[in-house]
Amino acid sequence: MSLLAVDGIAKAYGGVEAVAGVSFALAEGEFVALIGPNGAGKTTCFNMLGGQIRPDRGTVRFEGHDITGASPRRIARLGVARTFQITQSFASMSVRENVQLALIAHHRRVFSFLPRAAALYRPEATALLERVGMADQAERQCGILAYGDLKRVELALALAQAPRLLLMDEPTAGMAAQERLTLMALAAGLARAQDISLLFTEHDMDVVFAHADRIIVLDRGRILAEGPPAAVRADRRVREVYLGSGAMFAA
Amino acid sequence: MDFVVIQLLNGLASASSLFLVACGLSIIFGVTRIVNFAHGSFYMLGAYIAYSLVELLPRTPLGFWGGVALAALAVGAIGGAVEIALLKRIYRAPELFQLLATFGVVLVVADLALKIWGAEELLAPRPPGLRGAVMILGRAFPQYDLLLIAVGPVVLAALWLLFHRTRWGALVRAATQDRDMVAALGVNQGRLFTGVFFLGSLLAGLGGALQLPREAANLQMDLSTIAEAFVITVVGGMGSIAGAYVAALLVAVLQAFGIVVFPKITLVLIFLVMAVVLAFRPYGLFGRAAAEPRAAGAEAQPLGAGDGRAWRWVVPGLALLAVLPPLAGGYAVSVVTEIVILALFAASLHFMMGPGGMPSFGHAAFFGLGAYGAALAARDVGAPMLLGLAVAPVAAALLALACGWFCVRLSGVYLAMLTLAVAQIVWSVAFQWTGITGGDNGILGVWPADWARGKTVFYLLTLLLCGGSLWLLRRIVFAPFGAALRGGRDAPRRAEASGIDLTAVRWTGFVIAALFAGLAGGLFAYSKGSVFPTYIAISRSIDALLMVLLGGIGTLAGPPVGAVVFVGLQEEISRYTDLWRLLLGLVIITLVVAFPEGIAGFAARWRRRAEGAT
Ligand SMILES: Nc1ncnc2c1ncn2[C@@H]1O[C@H](COP(=O)(O)OP(=O)(O)O)[C@@H](O)[C@H]1O
Ligand SMILES: [Mg+2]
Repeated sequence: MSLLAVDGIAKAYGGVEAVAGVSFALAEGEFVALIGPNGAGKTTCFNMLGGQIRPDRGTVRFEGHDITGASPRRIARLGVARTFQITQSFASMSVRENVQLALIAHHRRVFSFLPRAAALYRPEATALLERVGMADQAERQCGILAYGDLKRVELALALAQAPRLLLMDEPTAGMAAQERLTLMALAAGLARAQDISLLFTEHDMDVVFAHADRIIVLDRGRILAEGPPAAVRADRRVREVYLGSGAMFAA
Repeated sequence: MDFVVIQLLNGLASASSLFLVACGLSIIFGVTRIVNFAHGSFYMLGAYIAYSLVELLPRTPLGFWGGVALAALAVGAIGGAVEIALLKRIYRAPELFQLLATFGVVLVVADLALKIWGAEELLAPRPPGLRGAVMILGRAFPQYDLLLIAVGPVVLAALWLLFHRTRWGALVRAATQDRDMVAALGVNQGRLFTGVFFLGSLLAGLGGALQLPREAANLQMDLSTIAEAFVITVVGGMGSIAGAYVAALLVAVLQAFGIVVFPKITLVLIFLVMAVVLAFRPYGLFGRAAAEPRAAGAEAQPLGAGDGRAWRWVVPGLALLAVLPPLAGGYAVSVVTEIVILALFAASLHFMMGPGGMPSFGHAAFFGLGAYGAALAARDVGAPMLLGLAVAPVAAALLALACGWFCVRLSGVYLAMLTLAVAQIVWSVAFQWTGITGGDNGILGVWPADWARGKTVFYLLTLLLCGGSLWLLRRIVFAPFGAALRGGRDAPRRAEASGIDLTAVRWTGFVIAALFAGLAGGLFAYSKGSVFPTYIAISRSIDALLMVLLGGIGTLAGPPVGAVVFVGLQEEISRYTDLWRLLLGLVIITLVVAFPEGIAGFAARWRRRAEGAT
């Protein structure tokens, strides 16, 4: 049985379908890249998987549970973590407090009113920060971090949920080329080590080809092509969609 | 049938003034994102200035209409001047400080109006030529009111032309949708904002002036008008002029019929309408989510670690507080008792506004309910004081539990307005349900138990309960729950995606804030020996906001500091002059311009800088 099974999900905005019936499956331990030009519907797809948006139709199943239209909270508790295209972190708190809060939520200790949050799950938070290379900045306030560092914090927040599946929407957007490769290598390495499956969107084809077991190409809300990297790279329709940015495929 | 038609016409006539004032508020908010609390004051000024001009000018139609027009222009000029002299300096400050500045203007205008026009109600005669009545279905209906009915649609049409047929209007519309775009077009934003303030204030002044022959100018107009104008803009949708007109019609017609059909609950009616509309359409009938300002109070300011270093200040401070006032004598004890109670009231509001990111314009609902809960328990059940003090927070928390579900789904101004509606509903119940609450006369004889009757003992009890509550609130802010509350304010999507039930967290936070406000209200009732509807009035909610904002939203030390400054200023100023609101208003305005992050916030930054330098 596949870990994630998506069947015909769709979402329309004002009559225009941003996602028009997308189906795919993701096996345990698999790394899948969802690619496509801007506006193809990748983020909308992610939001339907993560519970931020309810699909107009179609179903999403995770480990056999029907999570179509479920709340982000329920989906998170079943073992799906995500990062956002526009990073979301708790800006008024320090990096460590961010991770501590994610751990507190994961351990269902939000409704406790007297202990000091700063004293809870401290070693665990530090360990997570070490893994993403942010331990040296643990005391800094998130609101003043550099963009690339925020992405790392977000990764730590997602990992704090001990997920089975990690959804990463453009994890490397807005970064320099070298930094992109490093960050994605880090994320992929951590996911492999913990048997976390990975679904990610990405514009940098070097990053995609380096880490994806399989690629799904989305265009105007529909799946255009799907398969192993080599096959997708050779696909004529995919090349047409990317016409003009063909340089990406030169690699 | 004739009765229905006449009431409908009455409603339509009232709708015009409501529309004028509400659409001015809406236009100002749409472009500048300022929630102008002084808008009701501008309406009041319109009425008073029109009164003086109409008295002064010849008693001809031209004299009347000239007076009305001049009054509107004068109020427009005053609004423009306020924008230039005050608001221009603080557009970059957090929006709550802009709010605070407009409160300052409310206070200043209130005292000036009292000084200039006196406390008596002033009614102008109808204009010559429109004094008569026409017969409609066999009933007399004033000609002047018929004219007023036409004013609403005429102004609506004029505004439509202004916004759709002139370059300036197009700019205003563009700025309402996207401020940055207008800045990018290279438009002189400063002049645009001044112009919008002029127009909005002029409309408010015109509304007040036109209403004058129907409703006497009085000093309560400012707050009652702003409350109604808020309801209308929120029901119609912030920034939507057509929405404002529809909502004004809805509210005015409902009031016209309500006063006949349910005379007991007329005051509640419009706020009930608002609560229902917001529950189903969170951005109003014609509003869009885009009009939402940044969540008030959501400026991400670190709170520090809560690692207990504050004790170095708190313990000696408490010891001094316990010893000094009793030494200074009875009057000092009364004043400090009030400060301590209000500090808890302010801290409870701060809890939801600061860490919770949930601003409230109606926090007095919970304070007042606590006070009434304690008073009713004492009078009707003969509850001893300690039981009364336990009833107070429970009563407030139950109300918060009931209305919290509606409230916490909203954010920013919409949430603030809905809490205002809740407070107005509670207020009208206290005011109109005379059988139980004594109405305007309140409930007297809420005295402390014998053992606590001495001022000093009651003070020490207050200090203990309020100090303990402040300590608890602080613990909660730094506890996992408080962290989740702050996290939900900083990044709601992240919090939900991390598995936090944000609705439950915010709802609980709302109830906690109400609980402590209720305790403060209960203590206040016993300290004064009585309760009155004014405990729930808008002005008390505003007091709490002033204390929080004066102290600074970004620090837990803010509310106590704000309470000391607020009560202290009030006491000091009223010793020398009866114009204490004027002076308080000026002080607030000065503070806002000088310390846009609040007093305690400023001190905290100053200390950080000093520490960084050593
Ligand atoms: N909230 C929204 N309202 C209206 N249209 C939207 C909304 N969100 C996305 N869209 C539209 O849906 C399409 C897909 O957007 P998105 O999923 O963000 O694409 P991608 O992430 O692939 O760039 C785009 O055409 C976008 O304009
Ligand atoms: Mg996207």
